[in-house]
Amino acid sequence: MLSAVAGCGSTEPRDPLADARDGHLTIGVKFDQPGLGLREPDKEMTGFDIEVAEYIAQYLGVPPDGITWKEAPSPQRETLIKNGEVDFIVATYSISESRLRAVDFAGPYYIAGQSLLVRKDETDITGPESLENGKKLCSVAGSTSAQNVKEMYPGVQLQQFDSYSSCVEALSRGKVDALTTDDIILAGYAAQYPGEFKLAGEAFTTEKYGVGLAKGEDAARDAINDAIEDMIDTGAWRAALEKTMGKSGFPLPDPPQVNRY
Amino acid sequence: MNSLFDTYGDAMLDAFWVTIRLTFWSAIGATVWGTILAGMRVSPVPVLRFAGTWYVNLFRNTPLTLIIVFCSVGLYQNLGIHFTSESSPTFIRDNGFWLAVLGFVLYTSAFVCESLRSGINTVPLGQAEAARSLGLGFRQTLTLVVLPQAFRSVIAPLGSVLIALVKNTTIASAIGVAEAALLMKEMIENESDQLFSVFGIFAVGFMILTLPIGFVFGYASKKLAVKR
Repeated sequence: MLSAVAGCGSTEPRDPLADARDGHLTIGVKFDQPGLGLREPDKEMTGFDIEVAEYIAQYLGVPPDGITWKEAPSPQRETLIKNGEVDFIVATYSISESRLRAVDFAGPYYIAGQSLLVRKDETDITGPESLENGKKLCSVAGSTSAQNVKEMYPGVQLQQFDSYSSCVEALSRGKVDALTTDDIILAGYAAQYPGEFKLAGEAFTTEKYGVGLAKGEDAARDAINDAIEDMIDTGAWRAALEKTMGKSGFPLPDPPQVNRY
Repeated sequence: MNSLFDTYGDAMLDAFWVTIRLTFWSAIGATVWGTILAGMRVSPVPVLRFAGTWYVNLFRNTPLTLIIVFCSVGLYQNLGIHFTSESSPTFIRDNGFWLAVLGFVLYTSAFVCESLRSGINTVPLGQAEAARSLGLGFRQTLTLVVLPQAFRSVIAPLGSVLIALVKNTTIASAIGVAEAALLMKEMIENESDQLFSVFGIFAVGFMILTLPIGFVFGYASKKLAVKR
């Protein structure tokens, strides 16, 4: 408890294992991503990232009521870790080269791929190539998904908004033809609005979701890797995915291989 | 830091060029519309005065993000207002740009109007009375006698409004206009280990745009102010 209080004002990265021994963890998650990390109106947290985070916490000996959820918006994730505001982050956090220079990753615990979400009655769009004749595509301003499309499919008209929910709104109004980001995030939106949207085509990138934590916390990284492997081996991983993504109609993939670098 | 310039140099020039174009068109629109609003607020017609006051209070007190997002979600997506043909291959880029300009004009004109109104108050009442006695109407009095003096007394505050406008254009990234702030978001996404360099570059970029505006307007206000 004392270290948790002391941790609040510090600018040093945290040691997740020490915090777990004190019975308390602060975990960074998304608050606005249905199916992955969503804060419900009654403040309860739901989603696959939340299930993974709770499993890891339990494995480290922290019960769910010992977890403090902290919102980790994409641009702030490295800063939250470096400043010790969170123990680790489970928030659709793709392992990338530049991020590996700033933080360490356990996992991956899920392998996603960028894909397309379209209206249910859409038949023309079968993949990113079919967007090239001036179709309108929506994504979040500055995101990797938006940049991938700009580079790989320059013929696509790209509308960028501040949030995916604006894109979902524009898609349902017919002002854009498709929404792009990682398939599992799209599946979350498809599940949130049943019967309105569907995923189109195959995934065209590979995004490895990892658990982000401070550089040099090797013991903690090993423990989290153990937790993820345990979650996969016991079948809890598949059950969690089934529970959170089952009703989206999205074919659930096989678990990834944890990378102990 | 150097590698950032190598990778993003051209993109930065493009992005700041969009920022400059946004500022340019918005400044012109806001000056014109703000002057009309100021005229309404000092006019002898009660309905115009009321409308001007109402407008200024509404737009001055609404967060700019809300206005810009409303231009996209409300005006375009719901009411179908657009500035280029929807089948144009660059429709999203062009339409987003002009929707953002519209939003900035709506917002900034309220501040231009208020600056100008304080300038009008510096013109001695006797001048308007003299103009009336010569037989000039309200519009002639305003455009020939009052406004030319009012503008010269509010050059410095108008400079502040322009500087605020330059920085406010960053809000356009909320509806996907590819100006400086949107490029900054991309760079933060890609170069998460160099956050502070990225922030620094854009802070300097904006100072390069805004500091000269401050100097020029400050100098002009000293030169041109009507000495009383």
